[in-house]
Amino acid sequence: MWDHGKFERNSILLIAGILFVVSIGGLIEIAPLFYLENTIEKVQGVRPYSPLELAGRNIYIREGCYNCHSQMIRPLRDEVERYGHYSLAAESMYDHPFQWGSKRSGPDLARVGGKYSDEWQRDHLMDPRSVVPESVMPPYRFLAEHELKTRDVQALLEANRATGVPYTDDMIANAEADLLAQANPESEGAEAVAARYPKALVRDFDGDPTKLTEMDALIAYLQMLGTLVDFSTFDANSKDNIR
Amino acid sequence: MTHLHSGERPATPGVLIGGGIALSLAIMGSIVAARYAHDSGFAAHAWIFAAGFLAGLVWLVRRYANGIPADDLTPYADGVVRAGVIASVFWGIAGFLVGLIIALQLSFPNFLYFPDLPFTNFGRLRPLHTSAVIFAFGGNVLIATSFYVVQRTSKARLFGGILPWFVFGGYQLFIVIAATGYLMGITQSKEYAEPEWYADLWLTIVWVCYLLVFVGTLWKRKEPHIYVANWFYLAFIVTIAMLHIVNNLAVPVSFLGSKSVQLFGGVQDALTQWWYGHNAVGFFLTAGFLAIMYYFIPKRAERPVYSYRLSIVHFWSLIFIYIWAGPHHLHYTALPEWAQTLGMTFSVMLWMPSWGGMINGLMTLSGAWDKLRTDPVLRMLVVSVAFYGMSTFEGPVMSVKAVNALSHYTDWTIGHVHSGALGWVGYVSFGALYCLVPWLWGRKQLYSLKLVEWHFWISTVGILFYITSMWISGIMQGLMWRAYNDFGFLSYSFVETVEAMHPYYIIRALGGALFLIGALIMAYNLWRTARGDVKSEAGAGSAGLAPAAAE
Amino acid sequence: MTYQVASEFARSWGLVFLMVMFGCACAYALWPSNKRTFDHAARLPIDEEGQP
Repeated sequence: MWDHGKFERNSILLIAGILFVVSIGGLIEIAPLFYLENTIEKVQGVRPYSPLELAGRNIYIREGCYNCHSQMIRPLRDEVERYGHYSLAAESMYDHPFQWGSKRSGPDLARVGGKYSDEWQRDHLMDPRSVVPESVMPPYRFLAEHELKTRDVQALLEANRATGVPYTDDMIANAEADLLAQANPESEGAEAVAARYPKALVRDFDGDPTKLTEMDALIAYLQMLGTLVDFSTFDANSKDNIR
Repeated sequence: MTHLHSGERPATPGVLIGGGIALSLAIMGSIVAARYAHDSGFAAHAWIFAAGFLAGLVWLVRRYANGIPADDLTPYADGVVRAGVIASVFWGIAGFLVGLIIALQLSFPNFLYFPDLPFTNFGRLRPLHTSAVIFAFGGNVLIATSFYVVQRTSKARLFGGILPWFVFGGYQLFIVIAATGYLMGITQSKEYAEPEWYADLWLTIVWVCYLLVFVGTLWKRKEPHIYVANWFYLAFIVTIAMLHIVNNLAVPVSFLGSKSVQLFGGVQDALTQWWYGHNAVGFFLTAGFLAIMYYFIPKRAERPVYSYRLSIVHFWSLIFIYIWAGPHHLHYTALPEWAQTLGMTFSVMLWMPSWGGMINGLMTLSGAWDKLRTDPVLRMLVVSVAFYGMSTFEGPVMSVKAVNALSHYTDWTIGHVHSGALGWVGYVSFGALYCLVPWLWGRKQLYSLKLVEWHFWISTVGILFYITSMWISGIMQGLMWRAYNDFGFLSYSFVETVEAMHPYYIIRALGGALFLIGALIMAYNLWRTARGDVKSEAGAGSAGLAPAAAE
Repeated sequence: MTYQVASEFARSWGLVFLMVMFGCACAYALWPSNKRTFDHAARLPIDEEGQP
């Protein structure tokens, strides 16, 4: 008869050895990112997403835009000339999950905000080849037809706060109102959105003021991408910002 | 005559009662969740869960209605392995087909997009393709082969009675949930970890049971030593569990809704994701399939592995070094430079254990090289190891920052992945499937070795089309992005680079089509083999001795 | 914790630790008395006539 105890010990020992060996690399690489103070630059202007922007971001995720568009400009000469200032860690600090991407079948979108008009964005999303004939991007006409679902928007902000995004009680209490007001500049809440979320763009984004669509939300998100950081107060060569 | 050893408990009506109650409760719970769901996607998924549990219940009742089935009394539990083989072939073809469709979408965007059908868009189909080939095809191959190998090398029946079947069925349910989720736009957008929180929880349960079955079988073994293939399987199971849990930590927006918010954000989330992402390659697509190599190549070649000692050093150095390599996916990003440097250093070091393993696999053939000429199945296995060597050489090169500055964000990465995925993972899986079907269905030989030859050559041409077209399009696009004209301006707009890639996208799709055709030939061949048919081929002898077809 | 401290620790003790671990794996693999076990183990996939 064989010794079962020894057999079980051997396989448990093997599992323990594997766990020990594969833990080291991850611990040494990932854990310091939470503790080293200069992992994220200190910059002016980055704020949590407004509810409409966040809803647009969820549509960006839902449609899998990250499969073809990065949001991470590398500090290489051609990228900075093509897309703008290289991306800072601070710019995605409230991104749960991050959207840096890994492939550019289409161009980087980290600073696409304000580069094109709302009309261009809408036309391009409806039928990409109507404005860029060589494009291989899919059409998103349905976004203009789908009304934006507002259920759970408050819970969405609360879940974000649970992960460390600094949404205030005020922001959470007014989440749904802010979401509606940002796409409706005539509404009462329009000023309050801009006050709670500095630089938030308040307007009808999809050219159809009669309803709040997924197109409104997605364009609101695209139009704010990369516009928050105040680069006039950012010194890339400061000791604090070299990592 | 079959008999059971002491300590092996056959399934009893207790299984029927306990399983029946658990499944009934799960069905009711799912229906309640569907009724109160916060969004239509979650409701649809709750219904799919309910249907899956119902299918399990029907299967359970039919299986045990007339007492213990014969399948539960065999010395080895092979029924579940047979099911895994069928699932592997099915999901493989589905995954290759979706890959071909999205390759064609990028080649002919005017014909294959439908503006009012969101689920047909590239952004939703691409995760469907990657998950189908990695987790549905690769995962089923790994589960099936690990169940086969651990029994043979331990000389023990699978542990857990009905539990292996739960692992198999639960894993298929996870695949269906993940796949339908992508089509509905339910995703957390982390590459190769797209399924949402409830699918992740379900997979965690299934995976823990998988570990239990595997380790439990090792406990029952009659060999003092655990064969090295099982080390690799164990590292694959344990590490994937760790990666899966950490990378999917999330706060659900609602417990009755499909959306969640990732616990980590920004730079921390990015590194966690690529720590996961690269080790999905390292432990799912490498360690697991190396286990296949360490069992099936010696078995098929009828020679022990070249150096067992090397396999031990190979194992520990591979699993130790691989885990560090993730940051090479984030070169020149906002990830701190020290982490990028660490990632690059370990990625380059990874070349050593990778080639150690390759040499060990290839040299197992030493003294029996002639079998490559006569046995196309063995040739497929050996060529897979050669592709492994090629892509594990290319990988470290691409992880060097200077090279990565050019290759990152381009099709070069896609080509690199596919030389590993089609050449290594694909071929070693096909080789294992060609071995397994005759063994599991009790056939003396495959239906046709000539068809294996056809499969091999058609697929190989397909792979060459695929990776060469992606090399060209990737390096070309990288160079075009950074090209300057005489006046110091960028030479090309982004869309000009897209236009330039068009012909290579068509060649890539052609390569993918050939690979799919090869897999269809395999499916036909395996189906006829399982039925017990043998094609009369000129001079065909037994499986290992048939002459090669014209080359 | 500063980057400097972490980095110096990794370069000294970290390196020693890794080398020792690698040494252990090699020692286990090459230990003479393990040879018989490994030779037997290497034949496991081929000699599997024994049923459970």
